[in-house]
Amino acid sequence: MTDDLERRLAAGTPGAALDLNRLRAAITHRAAEEGLIDVAYGAYDSPIGALTVMVSDRGLVRVSYPGDGIAAQLEELADRVSPRILEAAALTDQVRRQLDEYFDGTRRSFDVKIDWRLVRGFAREVLAVTSAIPFGSVSTYGEVAARAGSPRAYRAAGNALGSNPIPIVVPCHRVLHAGGGLGGYSGGLDRKRYLLNLEEAS
Amino acid sequence: MHLPPFETLIDAHAAELHRFLVGCVGPTEAEDCLQETFMSALRAYPRLHDADHLRAWLYTIAQRKATDVIRRMARRPTRVLDGVEPVARSAPEPIDDGLWQQVRALPAKQRAAVTHRFVLDLAYAEIGSRMGISEEAARQNVSAGLRRLRREVTS
Repeated sequence: MTDDLERRLAAGTPGAALDLNRLRAAITHRAAEEGLIDVAYGAYDSPIGALTVMVSDRGLVRVSYPGDGIAAQLEELADRVSPRILEAAALTDQVRRQLDEYFDGTRRSFDVKIDWRLVRGFAREVLAVTSAIPFGSVSTYGEVAARAGSPRAYRAAGNALGSNPIPIVVPCHRVLHAGGGLGGYSGGLDRKRYLLNLEEAS
Repeated sequence: MHLPPFETLIDAHAAELHRFLVGCVGPTEAEDCLQETFMSALRAYPRLHDADHLRAWLYTIAQRKATDVIRRMARRPTRVLDGVEPVARSAPEPIDDGLWQQVRALPAKQRAAVTHRFVLDLAYAEIGSRMGISEEAARQNVSAGLRRLRREVTS
């Protein structure tokens, strides 16, 4: 039985529009002040596409290329770092500023803390070695494998580089085939070529 | 156990929680109340042990925040000395016929159940799951709330 009272209740309440953007901004602001954001992320418009920069309380944890599937990456971070994840571009400013300088040609090495929690085992060794390849120079998969402690594991080294969660900053684009071929790149070979040219020209 | 990124909880539930809170505390207080709900949720989030009932968990927090607001409003003086009207905290509430003020005056469980039923148009099983009570208890809370409202509307 629906009586008049129920009809009036079902007619709803007045003035119920929610400004979702304002709510999100307010929550992000307060969460940052209280130190409640364990992973912050923000968009970064680079010359090689719209990147997403993800920063944890320990440092830079991921740089994503467009089309990487941000939602799935955030789910992974929720499991492996913390589910307290909010979009908070301001908290990624240090990295975004250094990326600006890098793409301008005025920065030759990145000075940011790295959170390695997405990388395990041999891959971590490979990426540590890769981090030491200087701006403007290149190495090979075999060389990187050797320096990481397993000279014959160049294929594993290739896999580790291919799944580098922090491209550009951990410069996997500086690793090429021994014969001089470009090899692979998670962001596509055009981007690898762009980065190598940028460093050559600077 | 997998908890989704907190951000996705805001996207998925903010609009509906807001409608629920407008029903519970009125449009002026609802947005603050929603913000407090998400802040409390964010503080507790990593310690949460049950990822299966995130929505029910958020509604439990929202209901608690709504009760806090209603208690605070009840304590707030409506008139200060010498008959000077208190300054309005924010924009005045849009005109409603007083029915929702009476909903807000219901006991917390009845208020939440009535709001779920009529603002969000939910079935009793769903109301129960969001309030952490049985379907039957949800039905009884709605029914008791309606009986009380009818008494007050006609009196």
